[in-house]
Amino acid sequence: MCGIVGLYLKNKALEPRLGELFEPMLLSMTDRGPDSAGFAIYGDEVPEGAIKLTLQTEDAAFDWKGLVEKLEKKLGEKIDWFQNATAAVFKTKATEAAVRAAIAELAPDVHVMSVGRSIEILKGIGLPKDITERFTLKKMKGSHIIGHTRMATESAVTMEGSHPFSTGADLCLVHNGSLSNHYRIRQDLEREGIVFETENDSEVAAGYLTWRLKKGDTLAAALDGALKDLDGFFTFAIGTRDGFAVIRDPIACKPAVLAETDDYVAMASEYRAFTTLPGIENAKVWEPDPATLYVWERH
Amino acid sequence: MKTIDLSTASVRELNQALHEQHKQLTERDWVIAHPAGKHNIAVGIDEPLKIDIQGHAGYYCAGMNKKADVVVHGNVGVGVAENMMSGSVLVKGNASQSAGATGHGGLLVIEGDAGARCGISMKGIDIVVKGNIGHMSAFLGQAGRLVVLGDTGENLGDSLYEVHIYVKGKVKSLGSDCIEKEMRPEHLSELAELLQKAGVDEDPKAFRRYGSARNLYNFHVDNAAAY
Repeated sequence: MCGIVGLYLKNKALEPRLGELFEPMLLSMTDRGPDSAGFAIYGDEVPEGAIKLTLQTEDAAFDWKGLVEKLEKKLGEKIDWFQNATAAVFKTKATEAAVRAAIAELAPDVHVMSVGRSIEILKGIGLPKDITERFTLKKMKGSHIIGHTRMATESAVTMEGSHPFSTGADLCLVHNGSLSNHYRIRQDLEREGIVFETENDSEVAAGYLTWRLKKGDTLAAALDGALKDLDGFFTFAIGTRDGFAVIRDPIACKPAVLAETDDYVAMASEYRAFTTLPGIENAKVWEPDPATLYVWERH
Repeated sequence: MKTIDLSTASVRELNQALHEQHKQLTERDWVIAHPAGKHNIAVGIDEPLKIDIQGHAGYYCAGMNKKADVVVHGNVGVGVAENMMSGSVLVKGNASQSAGATGHGGLLVIEGDAGARCGISMKGIDIVVKGNIGHMSAFLGQAGRLVVLGDTGENLGDSLYEVHIYVKGKVKSLGSDCIEKEMRPEHLSELAELLQKAGVDEDPKAFRRYGSARNLYNFHVDNAAAY
């Protein structure tokens, strides 16, 4: 099953309330996905030339401060950082490749959840409520956010198998559905140098987009390719630095509903996720067409 | 008139109260406040009640309806009026996929758009959609009428049996064994009656008729030699 939700704010005055507006949306999808949950929030952007990494480890007592000190010495760059429960956000001017290599060497159990200038991916196993409370989603600010509640069908319930999946700098994917040709596509992508952390079918979709975007495709072209190459059921929500996109497979068995007002665009698996949004009574509410790309971005 | 507020009462309590009307029909008019997209609102009604749902409803709204007249002042999720037997369901907004699926009778009117698979396997229900409908609509439709004022998605009427389909807008593509058919006087009068019942002011002459070529649903005796 799974539930997916997204909220993109058109009205900047609402940005301090993004987490507070989004939390009930995610929680309303608990019965669609009680195994694990996660979200990708965009905001608190670092300047050009710098990057922001979200890191996570299963070890609640992990010594982040110690890791920062070792990394700063190794990279020769300062790291601005803060810890949020089992996750930490690092901001630095070092390159992504250098940071990734250093982390793999110094702290191999630390997972890099996301890299970019704006994105932070936070996820874990348990009820959506456990995840939103662990990371204090309610207090978070930002411009847009997408989230997922998982009912696993294709692979194990683990933190790494939870959504969203990173698909490149400031890009991520959440998926409702199941892919039937993921095994073969994974092999093809591995030959192209894409590395997978799990046996999850949705990670293959994320890897596919990563590969297409690395080849220089636009997001629209990459998703068009996904419609041709991915076999199975999917509604995808894709977070980008400037907004989000929604696409459904041509059969469109997996649900999706959109709502738009002057203040925001919201997407969800079911209308129930919208009922707490301000002004939803007068919002335009509709179902996205199959095999059609919907994009909202700031310019 | 009785009001049930779904911000305080559960859907189970609501449906139980509606079903209790079997025993003693004391209350015909029901208002359902704050539906908030909840699933299974007003399913399995078996009495001539009038039910007014004041907002958006979730999946299977008014499913299996018999005799009741249900109005939804908003959108509905998957499977509105699925397997309806009789009565009517009016949706003021849009409907998600599988609207009126497997319906045996009654009238389903959707004022907005309907998603994919509208009227899938319909068995006698009449469906009137004022907007557009999605792909694979009336798939395997056995009996009943489907009227669409807007456009249709791909594969309209695939593997159709005896459903009469009337479309005013554009048909993106016809499904297997579905063909356009001549609009004869009996069809114009059938359509006029349906439009009038649905409260739609349209000229039946503006519609085209589609139905089964009847090549698919019977075993073709010429193929017997293959066995």
